Amino acid sequence: MILDGKIPAGPINEKWDRHRQHLKLINPANKRKFTIIVVGTGLAGASAAATLGELGYNVEAFCYQDSARRAHSIAAQGGINAAKNYPNDGDSIYRLFYDTIKGGDFRAREANVYRLAQVSVNIIDQCVAQGVPFARDYAGYLDNRSFGGAQLSRTFYARGQTGQQLLLGAYQALSRQVYLGKVKMHPRTEMLDLVLVDGEAKGIVVRDMVTGKISAYSADAVCLCTGGYGNVFYLSTNAMGCNVTATYRAYKKGAFFANPCFTQIHPTCIPVSGDHQSKLTLMSESLRNDGRIWVPKNKGDNRRPADIPEVDRDYYLERKYPSFGNLAPRDISSRAAKEVCDEGRGVGPGGLGVYLDFSDAIGRLGESVIRQRYGNLFEMYERITGEDAYKQPMRIYPAVHYTMGGLWVDYNLESNIPGLFVLGEANFSDHGANRLGASALMQGLADGYFVIPYTIADYLARTNIPKPSTEQPEFLNSLEEQRNLIKKLLSIKGKRTVNDFHRELGKIMWDNVGMARSEESLKDALNKIPTIREEFWENVIVPGSGGELNQELEKAGRVADFLEFAELMAIDALHRNESCGGHFRVEYQMPDGEAKRDDENFCYVAAWGYRGQDNAPELHKEPLAFENVKLAIRSYK
Amino acid sequence: MNLTLFVWRQRDKDSQGKLEEYKAHDISPDMSFLEMLDVVNERLIKEGKEPIAFDHDCREGICGMCSQVINGIPHGPQGKTTVCQLHMRHFKDGDRIYIEPWRARAFPIIKDLIVDRSALDRIIQAGGYVSVHTGGVPDANAILIPKPDADTAMDAAECIGCGACVAACPNGSAMLFTAAKVTHLAMLPQGKVEAARRVCLMTEQMLKEGFGNCTNHYECQAACPKGIKVSFIAKLNREFIKAQF
Repeated sequence: MILDGKIPAGPINEKWDRHRQHLKLINPANKRKFTIIVVGTGLAGASAAATLGELGYNVEAFCYQDSARRAHSIAAQGGINAAKNYPNDGDSIYRLFYDTIKGGDFRAREANVYRLAQVSVNIIDQCVAQGVPFARDYAGYLDNRSFGGAQLSRTFYARGQTGQQLLLGAYQALSRQVYLGKVKMHPRTEMLDLVLVDGEAKGIVVRDMVTGKISAYSADAVCLCTGGYGNVFYLSTNAMGCNVTATYRAYKKGAFFANPCFTQIHPTCIPVSGDHQSKLTLMSESLRNDGRIWVPKNKGDNRRPADIPEVDRDYYLERKYPSFGNLAPRDISSRAAKEVCDEGRGVGPGGLGVYLDFSDAIGRLGESVIRQRYGNLFEMYERITGEDAYKQPMRIYPAVHYTMGGLWVDYNLESNIPGLFVLGEANFSDHGANRLGASALMQGLADGYFVIPYTIADYLARTNIPKPSTEQPEFLNSLEEQRNLIKKLLSIKGKRTVNDFHRELGKIMWDNVGMARSEESLKDALNKIPTIREEFWENVIVPGSGGELNQELEKAGRVADFLEFAELMAIDALHRNESCGGHFRVEYQMPDGEAKRDDENFCYVAAWGYRGQDNAPELHKEPLAFENVKLAIRSYK
Repeated sequence: MNLTLFVWRQRDKDSQGKLEEYKAHDISPDMSFLEMLDVVNERLIKEGKEPIAFDHDCREGICGMCSQVINGIPHGPQGKTTVCQLHMRHFKDGDRIYIEPWRARAFPIIKDLIVDRSALDRIIQAGGYVSVHTGGVPDANAILIPKPDADTAMDAAECIGCGACVAACPNGSAMLFTAAKVTHLAMLPQGKVEAARRVCLMTEQMLKEGFGNCTNHYECQAACPKGIKVSFIAKLNREFIKAQF
């Protein structure tokens, strides 16, 4: 099937304005009659729930954490982009749009990205009005810094905790609506299934993680704001609880999953220290503003970093990409790090690391300036590694960080299932094959504050299916299915723990579907994944019962979904016979090792439809048209 | 290294809990404290026993989910560090480690080391925000904010809402938590407009939830993983008194 992104007609800079004029409205008195379910309370979910509540809708909001404030958006460090052009360095909406399209290696939808750049300026205004304490200069104006993939300073920040401050802003707006009775918050509650009535999304089935009670909620529309699936790799910078369950189970109910192979490996993370490792910690990309990345020129140079003279160092990003240098985009920087480590020039235990060195910046600006800019990151680094980065370079290595793929949505953020809207990292729409730094926060808030309030009204005005009763068979069947699934997981009583399976899956995904993929590695993954999955269903051990707080049971359900989803990722990566952004197929590269795109054959969104466990998924395509940016080889040299 | 753990086990909120002894073998100094517990749990599961339930999520010290009292100190012995960021290199081979949940009247225990901190959410819901609607706001640079004020607001806003301050306080007071939000917003022109109403509503909610009062022990500041200062409690008191006139 050829998918229609429902991109409005007209010049790109007028599309969103024109579209908003044509969207249907719902009058304030009628808004009270509608209920909207919002799953997830990160930037996208919290901002959507707050804004929809403010407008007068009844909102039921769900999160698996004990409080909405703990969603993983909170961990974003560096900043948020906006085309404010406050520094007068040549920024504009068009330039932010262009940088994002190019950064995404021409695999994102132009119209969505342009809208994102347009509303980026409103986001900053909104957040300041909420009391988000962005960094300011001595005159009291907002300060900016630069990020990877951009040659200007358009990133707003709040020390190294921008995500935290933006999320708390959205959480506070949400809390206000909870107090006013417009949003009902359900913390420690996990979504297990999406319920369709006559083909439209009208409810969900959830498990109360404290009592174990499984229940159904119905609504007029459902918004999934459940983040990405990076934890399919076991080790990632995601929080421990991040999972694919909500989006994957929506996929099994008919929603298309788009570009699942587009995953982002972040270049600056703290390297793995051993088998016990449970997660990886990111060091903000903002460090690359002042830090210089290097490895020894020669293999096997085991001298201490301070003893290696300049002539024996290879500042490989500065050498290969002189115009962007250490601020080359994430996919390119990650691959370059892997390359030098593969050559045997990596540093630290196991040779899986490169230096991020601040000695030049400290010499130039003084330690106190560096401390002011990055103090909390240096402290974090020291806590984890026991090393002082003011005295010796940090060691960093790439790690899974973000997933550009997600449920397919049209321009209205509506999936192919009417009434199912997908926001933030959970959808696929804005970042193409690679996301630029400081753009995730921008997208989450754009979707929640400024897009969904308009587009969801249009759906609610159109739909003929009112909020159903949860006694309808669709809900009863789903409840029954979920109870059985939990019973099944508890009854296996095998020998291997859930973590054990997850770790095994993660290793296969990292080795075969990670930074460099090949036909051979992907076929190998497709061979191995079903075997682990089979063993999981025969040999997993889940202690305890379903009627209580049971963290192993929660994990088991999530890992069961990862074990199926991993296959979909590998299938997508195998079908995409090109390299683009974070998807690097070793067979498709330029003579200098850069990604070789194939615009003739793959300039489309691959949206997969579920056809049952034993059948291959069906490929649907949404062709991508580039009318405002010329398709070009992405060069950062 | 090898360690002996004494961990608080409690089936649910109504059951009686007790400390139980566990051995942790072959622990690497590079592990985080929670990774050490993961190892213990993996073994318990394989032995057919119930693993220890504990809250955790981001494991990078920012989400505020992890919450354990280690050897009597909320978040353990290392200053300005959450449990998830505490590493085993700060312990010695043969150490005996006591692990308990947050203890406070306003934080009922749900299971083992997991407590219910929804009271903190309700304090924020009572007024911890600027009552602004989405859209229709002025340009971000329309209202200038002196850098020292913005910096103080940020110092206070860094609170992660973990509740260690409550667990550390002999009175089970949530004054530091409440003070941090009151200060953050009162320092900014956007938050000043409803400062009086906010401080009254938040304080009232704090008392309703059963948190105690501040009697200047300063244990909260010592336990706070983000270094939130008790001087904000003075600011809270000042804002509260100002609001009475």
